[in-house]
Amino acid sequence: MKPTLEMYLILSAVLFTIGVTGVLTRRNALIIFMSVELMLNAANLTLVAYSRFLPDISGQIFVFFVMAVAAAEVAVGLAIIVAIFRQKESVDIDKVNLMKW
Amino acid sequence: MLGLALYILLAPLVAFTIVIFFGRKLPRGGDFISLFAIWSGLAASLYLFFTQMLGHYDPAFALSYRFDWVTWGTYKLNIGIAIDNMSMMMLVVVTLVSSLVHLFSVGYMKGDPKYHRFFSFLSFFSFSMIGLVLADNLLIIYAFWELVGLSSYLLIGFWHEKDSASNAAKKAFVTNRVGDAGMLIGMLICFTALGTLNLVELKDGVAQGHLAGGLLTAAGILLFMGAVGKSAQFPLHVWLPDAMEGPTPVSALIHAATMVAAGVYLVARLFPILTPDASLVIAYVGGFTAIFAATIAVAQNDIKRVLAYSTVSQLGYMVMALGTGAFTAGFFHLVTHAMFKACLFLGSGSIIFAMHHVLHNIHSHDDAQDMRNMGGLKKYMPVTFWTFLIATTALAGVPFTSGFLSKDAILGGTLAFAMEHPKHWLLPAFGFAAAGLTAFYMFRLVYLTFYGTFRKGSEAESHLHESPRVMTVPLIVLASLSIFFFYAAPAFNPTTPAGGWFATLFPTPENVTLASGRYVSPASSRLGDEAVEPTAEHASGTEALHSAHLEHLAHNWAMLISILVAGLGIWIATLAYYKWKIDPEKWRLRFGVAYRGMYNKWWCDEVYKATAINGTLGLSKGLAWFDGAILDGIVNGSATVTRLFSTVQGWFDNKVVDGLVNLTAMVVGFWAHFVRSFQTGQVQRYLLYTLAGVGIVIILVVI
Amino acid sequence: MGPLTIITFLPLVGAAVIALLPKESIKAVRWTALGTTAIVLLITLSLYPQFSPGLIGINDPASFQFVEKADWIPSLGVSYYVGVDGLSFPMILLTALLCFLCIPASYGIVKSVKGYFAMFLLLETGMMGAFVSLDFFLFYFFWEIMLLPMYFLIGIWGGPRRVYAAIKFFLYTLVGSVLMLIAILAFYFNVTDPATGQHTFNMLTMMNQENHSGILLINSVRSLLWFALFIGFAIKVPVFPFHTWLPDAHVEAPTAISVILAGVLLKMGTYGLLRISYPILPDLTRNFAWFLAMMGAINIIYGAFCAMAQKDLKKLVAYSSISHMGFVLLGMSALTSAGMNGAVMQMFNHGTITAMLFLLVGVIYDRAHHREINGFGGLANVMPRYLGITAVAFFASMGLPGLSGFISESMVFIGAFPVWRTLTIISILGIILTAAYLLWTLQRVFFGATNPKYEGIADINSRELFTLIPLAVIVIYLGVWPHPVMELMNTSMTYLGNLVSGSGL
Repeated sequence: MKPTLEMYLILSAVLFTIGVTGVLTRRNALIIFMSVELMLNAANLTLVAYSRFLPDISGQIFVFFVMAVAAAEVAVGLAIIVAIFRQKESVDIDKVNLMKW
Repeated sequence: MLGLALYILLAPLVAFTIVIFFGRKLPRGGDFISLFAIWSGLAASLYLFFTQMLGHYDPAFALSYRFDWVTWGTYKLNIGIAIDNMSMMMLVVVTLVSSLVHLFSVGYMKGDPKYHRFFSFLSFFSFSMIGLVLADNLLIIYAFWELVGLSSYLLIGFWHEKDSASNAAKKAFVTNRVGDAGMLIGMLICFTALGTLNLVELKDGVAQGHLAGGLLTAAGILLFMGAVGKSAQFPLHVWLPDAMEGPTPVSALIHAATMVAAGVYLVARLFPILTPDASLVIAYVGGFTAIFAATIAVAQNDIKRVLAYSTVSQLGYMVMALGTGAFTAGFFHLVTHAMFKACLFLGSGSIIFAMHHVLHNIHSHDDAQDMRNMGGLKKYMPVTFWTFLIATTALAGVPFTSGFLSKDAILGGTLAFAMEHPKHWLLPAFGFAAAGLTAFYMFRLVYLTFYGTFRKGSEAESHLHESPRVMTVPLIVLASLSIFFFYAAPAFNPTTPAGGWFATLFPTPENVTLASGRYVSPASSRLGDEAVEPTAEHASGTEALHSAHLEHLAHNWAMLISILVAGLGIWIATLAYYKWKIDPEKWRLRFGVAYRGMYNKWWCDEVYKATAINGTLGLSKGLAWFDGAILDGIVNGSATVTRLFSTVQGWFDNKVVDGLVNLTAMVVGFWAHFVRSFQTGQVQRYLLYTLAGVGIVIILVVI
Repeated sequence: MGPLTIITFLPLVGAAVIALLPKESIKAVRWTALGTTAIVLLITLSLYPQFSPGLIGINDPASFQFVEKADWIPSLGVSYYVGVDGLSFPMILLTALLCFLCIPASYGIVKSVKGYFAMFLLLETGMMGAFVSLDFFLFYFFWEIMLLPMYFLIGIWGGPRRVYAAIKFFLYTLVGSVLMLIAILAFYFNVTDPATGQHTFNMLTMMNQENHSGILLINSVRSLLWFALFIGFAIKVPVFPFHTWLPDAHVEAPTAISVILAGVLLKMGTYGLLRISYPILPDLTRNFAWFLAMMGAINIIYGAFCAMAQKDLKKLVAYSSISHMGFVLLGMSALTSAGMNGAVMQMFNHGTITAMLFLLVGVIYDRAHHREINGFGGLANVMPRYLGITAVAFFASMGLPGLSGFISESMVFIGAFPVWRTLTIISILGIILTAAYLLWTLQRVFFGATNPKYEGIADINSRELFTLIPLAVIVIYLGVWPHPVMELMNTSMTYLGNLVSGSGL
């Protein structure tokens, strides 16, 4: 059967939710990053889906932007994680809590 | 005239300023500056007295000078100087006594390390007192009133190394302040109703009825409260006996002759606006004080205490006189009392000076002021003795003295008042009783001090000698002024001051308190036989005749009774302390003397004397104890209570009111502590909060 | 640039100069401070002959003197608007004088001298500015400027509990300032300048009742605003029960700061009431005058009782200040000419007298390093000059005639008696208490046998006398001839009294 818009959206939502859950619950910084990437990709999927079903190509163009940003963000984020790892010998974000009362 | 008055006023102030700052470096401590200031003031006062007062010989003579002082809004407050008979008379009294005391102090205070300061304070006092008598409005009187109080404080506490002296000074000032507060309220009532505090304008204002009835009575009584404090009337008399801690010249000047007379002077100035009710209160306060203090004086052993209580009693006389309308008598007594009381105090100073010398030489620490340490001083100090005796007779009211004239006039006035208003019989009763007691205790003093043998032994006795001339000359001057002669010119009648210059120049002022009907001053206030023209409102001729007759009757009776009563007092004293026929010691211990009189040939007199002395001594001891323990105890107790109360207040302020402030800080602290806990530092936690927030927003938007 | 701007900002310039001086050169710092305050004093004194006593001021823009007006933030309606009238001129005289005299009094400070004097001069700018401002924003600006230096001055150079006292002072006063800010904003948003049609912070425009609009016309709002302002100023006066900061602040502050605190800052509270509450909300002031009178009477009696219980000399003087400010309130509440004049006169006189008292406490503290009244005794024998000048100060404080305190207290009584009879009578009884505790203190410290600890104590020296003699001379001079200061305030205060009481205008 031909995939309808709703199916794409549902898939996207599910992916997004999985991503959010990952961000909120996982302790490992790298896993969190992967979850963030998952969220971004879910957003991409939504954009592409709409672009496909509406006569508008800007959605797909926008995806390119998102991907570029995601890449940049990963670069920076991983650099930070490396720096933290060098400091703390761990990527457990629960340990990065100096800014508390 | 103004220039002269200003000179008299300001010369002592200049002397004060010079001596207090430079006295130490000047030769003789700069006392000559003070002496010059006051003696020249005396000369000027006498000049004014002879040319203006005796020169014009007009009871209504009055000059007044006013200067603008403080302005607010459109209102101006004036300072004014009033030169009238009363102020000139007071000037003479003040400058004369002050000059003599200055002279006396040269001898008395010799060798004191703060000699120059003493003279500067004496000058300051003179300035303040002269200002008080020259002032023409109540505010300026009040200002100088307080300054006189300051001088008293400085002089009582002169030997401030002694705790008793500084306590006494403080007690004096604070007790006076209580009276002053009342006086201030009275002044405010007057000012609010009449818009002025000038004495003449006050009288006019009251005459026009702008201030009347209960409010005027209240004002009168409140203003009198100032006098109660300053003139040591019951119940504010407690400071005066303690004030004897000051050097004796101070006691003579301030606490006998001048400052304490300021209260009487104030009442005299206010006489026209005192309502009958206020006057009655004043009369009773005065009368009661007179008898009350006299009874205490009898039991005292310290020579200055006797004189102090005597002063309180005499002031009571003056106040009572003014209250019953015997204005001339009251004011006259003020003047005569100033002279003989100053003489008595200076005389006691001379005695104490000698006693100090004696006790120092036998290395004794006994009290130089205790009469029980004295005795037989007559032979060694003749001038002191004779002057003291003359002054004593004046105080006791012996005929041919000035005191007799004035006291008799008061008693006559009070008696006439009681004859017109029979339910006030107590007033003359007080008066006569006090007169008797006065005679008694004064002569007791004289006998204990001057007669008999010296009680400190013959070795000590050899050191006794008369005081130097600087001290005895003032005594002589004052004693001479205690004889009737000077006051009775030109009539020279020793039985009544009427016909004399004093009575003519100081007739009773018109009382203008219309509120409760015209207050008829008793005819007896016009002394003696002068038939005074009754005023238009003073009804018919028969009433005038009746008043004149009454006045005559009262005067004669008063004279008789006062002589009797004084004589009795002297007689008892003589018997107890001179002839030693009655042992006072035994009377203090034993009350009953039943048998003794029976076998004694004077037994009837004996019984009479026994009961009289017994009663007097017992009563006086009881009252002395009452005064010291209870009354004075209440005064001291109120001080403790106030301190206690203020400690509680202080605690309350510290713990409760301040505690609330600290509590607020604590509450904020707790709340902050709670809110802090949201900062965990964990990013995921923050994201959760964010998400939750977004969720809520979405829900709210959708719903 | 007019004289008022100079006297306001010269101390700031002085502070800046001091900040640039090297911290070792204590002498240079002191001389700079002394010079700056001296110049300010001289300029202020030079204004005295030029001041016209007959001009009203208060709410009439044309009769203010030495006015300078310039736009500052036009879009907000804030202008730099300064001027003096009969109310503020005596206050700037007092401020200039006390600031000058406090410099030599501060020569005992040894640590961080630079910081101290810089802060002090900054404080002077704040005080002067507050007194001369006629723009509400500007007034608030200077008011807040006063707080910070005070906090540091107490908190760094003070006594053992200085941090507590400084924080307490700062926060307490700040609460008051916040309430004042609310009132400022309320006025701002509901007053329009008829000339420009915009909102304005100009105080004189606010005083014109016709310019009020919006919520300012609602009586209950006006009442709330009056109370907000009252509490704000009451904390500074200080009025019972908002006074608890004062004893701590005074005791812990260094001598010169106590002098400024008591001599000038306390006057800010009553000045604020007279400058702001009275003319802007006259109807409410009239309605609540009884409340002011009552608070005044409470201050007088409560302050006196508390003073009597104190064992620390400085705390005693602090409570006596509370008591004396009660007289100001009583006089102000009467709204009669005598009362108003008496109140401002009392502000000036109390400034000088209490300054003397604190300086005198400083003298003995510098020598004995404690202020226990019962720890002294018999000092009269070893410090006669000190006794002399202390006696002048004490007797002035208890209202002895011949000294300035008597004049102002009498005028307060004369003014208040017709209006608040019972409260005035109660207040008069306060003079008995005042005499009692002051004389008792005098006795405990000076009379009796000399405490052996202090037999060799040094008498008052010439630097200390230099700070005290001018004040003593003023106290005595004004006690005999009060005209020079009275004439300054007469017209303005009579007018203000009439304005608020609604009579004669």
